[in-house]
Amino acid sequence: MVLAALVGLWELYRWVWTSAGWTWPFRVDDTSMPHVWRIAKAFAEPAQVNQPALITVLLHKTLFTAKEAAAGFGLGAVVGFALGVVLVHSRLLQRGFLPYIVGSQTIPILAIAPMVVVWVNPKLPGSLQGWGAVAVIAAYLTFFPVAINTLRGLQSADPRALELMRTYAASRWTVLWKLRVPSSLPYVFSALRLAATASVVGAIIGELPSGIQSGLGGAILNFNQYYSLEPQELWATNVVAAALGIVFFVIVVAAEKIVVRRAPENVA
Amino acid sequence: MSEAAVPAVVRIEKVTKTFAQGNVTALQDIDLELAPGEFVSLIGPSGCGKSTLLRVIGDLVEPTSGTVTVNGKSARQARNDGDYGIVFQDAVLFEWRTVAKNIALPLEMLGWDRARRRQRVEEMLDLVELSAFANHHPWQLSGGMQQRVAIARALAFEPALLLMDEPFGALDEMTRERLNLELLSIWEKAGSTVVFVTHSISEAVFLSTRVVVMSPRPGRIAGVVEIDLPYPRTVETREEPRFFELVTEVRELLRKRGEHLLPEEEQLLEDAS
Amino acid sequence: MTSETGPSLGGRAARQAGEWVPALVVFVLVIAAWQGAITAFSIKQFLLPAPGDIVRSCWTDRHSLWPAGWYTFKEALGGFAIGSALGVLGATVIGRFRSLGSALMPVFIAANAVPIIAFAPIANVWFNPLSPHSKMAIAAVLCFLPVLVNTLRGLQSASPRQIELMRSYAASEIEIWRRVRVPTALPFLFTALKVASVLSMIGAVVGEYFGGSFNALGVLIRSDAQILNFERAWAGILVASVLGVALYAAVVLAERLVVRWSPERRVS
Repeated sequence: MVLAALVGLWELYRWVWTSAGWTWPFRVDDTSMPHVWRIAKAFAEPAQVNQPALITVLLHKTLFTAKEAAAGFGLGAVVGFALGVVLVHSRLLQRGFLPYIVGSQTIPILAIAPMVVVWVNPKLPGSLQGWGAVAVIAAYLTFFPVAINTLRGLQSADPRALELMRTYAASRWTVLWKLRVPSSLPYVFSALRLAATASVVGAIIGELPSGIQSGLGGAILNFNQYYSLEPQELWATNVVAAALGIVFFVIVVAAEKIVVRRAPENVA
Repeated sequence: MSEAAVPAVVRIEKVTKTFAQGNVTALQDIDLELAPGEFVSLIGPSGCGKSTLLRVIGDLVEPTSGTVTVNGKSARQARNDGDYGIVFQDAVLFEWRTVAKNIALPLEMLGWDRARRRQRVEEMLDLVELSAFANHHPWQLSGGMQQRVAIARALAFEPALLLMDEPFGALDEMTRERLNLELLSIWEKAGSTVVFVTHSISEAVFLSTRVVVMSPRPGRIAGVVEIDLPYPRTVETREEPRFFELVTEVRELLRKRGEHLLPEEEQLLEDAS
Repeated sequence: MTSETGPSLGGRAARQAGEWVPALVVFVLVIAAWQGAITAFSIKQFLLPAPGDIVRSCWTDRHSLWPAGWYTFKEALGGFAIGSALGVLGATVIGRFRSLGSALMPVFIAANAVPIIAFAPIANVWFNPLSPHSKMAIAAVLCFLPVLVNTLRGLQSASPRQIELMRSYAASEIEIWRRVRVPTALPFLFTALKVASVLSMIGAVVGEYFGGSFNALGVLIRSDAQILNFERAWAGILVASVLGVALYAAVVLAERLVVRWSPERRVS
């Protein structure tokens, strides 16, 4: 239904702007806003001669990008969680590192992506060549929300429950697993939801400067160059990228439903 | 009582309130009149509709049937004219305003000019003994102090009627008893009429000129106890034999209604099981 | 009795300075280790330039770097302003109608999961890649959703009791809006603006990656990386980060000025 509304709005906007001849905020024509059916049709046609239909090509590229994003997501989530666990046990480390963890996110990731590729690639085994570096970039975007929210979640444990654990003479390790981690789960999952999207963004961005052609980022770069001739192909790619982002998000939400069996809280 | 002689501050006639959700009858056929200067407590178990009745008087909840008159006007008109002040269980202070600005809020709404506002706020701060905290923010105050700010805010524009919904319910016993005394002295000075909702029998007896005992499902008035303890009441009032007699009387009324179900209540219980 | 008026001004300043000591120590240690590792292991220039060289490049290339940074910063700022303004406006309109808000919320959540950055090339096509407007557009789109969603959440989390109190004063809807809903929403808004400030800088730089004027930071970093002038590329990244942090800090400062009522709750 939402999809139908979007398509309707798209075509309505097109129609109003073209028939009224408005050029603000931008000129509406077949190049800037191709008809929805042209985008749909583009999926079925080959993008280049002697190639399978675009949809098949895009599916392969999507799987490739999904692999990068998933690896980056996993890596980032583990690193972020570990960081949160370490930081919660030391005010000193928190004060020392937290400003940089926050600051790290102001670095435009795209800018350092080429450098990351140059660093990481030579150290990777053959099977990880190329996409492994992209996964690292995706992980870079993923770890931040997970680290911050894990820390916040671990700190959210009820102080009275912490006192109770102390009356049991529980070790730090026991307190961590029996109390802190369970109470942090809603926070961690709300971070993972953000991270799901971030990892896809990271994978797509990471592909741009690394010259990897087998993923969606490469496809966007490629179709961008032919945009004036075949705008529907870039649009089709973006539709697929959007779908990939939503699928990642939905998977995390589903996992959350299974793991956290209590009322979902709105933790930012 | 010569209620007929003076016009009532609040007149409630045949008020019934049913909530559409769950088909609950919160109030049924309530009749009540408050003379000027009275201090009336509404007491009863949870779900007896005492808070709803308070909100009906304040026109925050509209009755399903029946009429409410405040100061000879409709409740709506009285609300629009700013005829009453209200205090809730939690202080409901605006955390972005200082203590002084919280007290000034209703005055701003009434369009008082700045000088007049400042003067009144100072008087009110004096009254509740918080002058030193005028520029503090609510989070810097204890619960009892916050509640005093809320009372000052409710009294700031000298309303003829003060509605209080369990104002001291969240406070500890010591603070509560002190604030009871403070409230009485404020009331005697201001001369306003008070409707006071509470869970506490001794609080109701200690404060009021009359205690209205309510019973639940459906909410109705089970009985009214006249409190003939002399004012000003002091700490010693709580130790007088008459005080205990009255407390017992209220308690009996509350209990009797709990033990003996009305026929339609028995019917309801059967339906439920 | 609570009479916490806080410690003396001098004491507070000293304590705040103390909070930053560990961060400073970490900074010095990392820079020292970095510089030391490069001289000790003679790491090649293109892998990781020495911090000293990067800072030097910031100075020697100041005539190209800083104007480029300023140019990109203006794009980010414009996008930040437009996107945030539209977000607040949207939340205001939707907030008026409760049912509209709950109907649209899932759409916003789904839209939030879309890798919007993939649409950067299309923004370039719509608004002419060489004009700063195309970067402003993509930055604005990135900022729009978080601001909209958070502001909406803020407007809706006004305390029912406070609204009831306003009703008892016969306050109009507009007055309730002004005196209750807006103040309640402000902390939520600032949380979103902090996120948006970071996103806008990233949006501008990534937008430039798909083509932009030659005196823009993203273009500069990209071409420097291609010609293996890594010192200047890193210097460019440093400039981008500094500007990103500056924008973030400006929002934090504004928050401190506007939201002065709450106890200073440092987020972890």
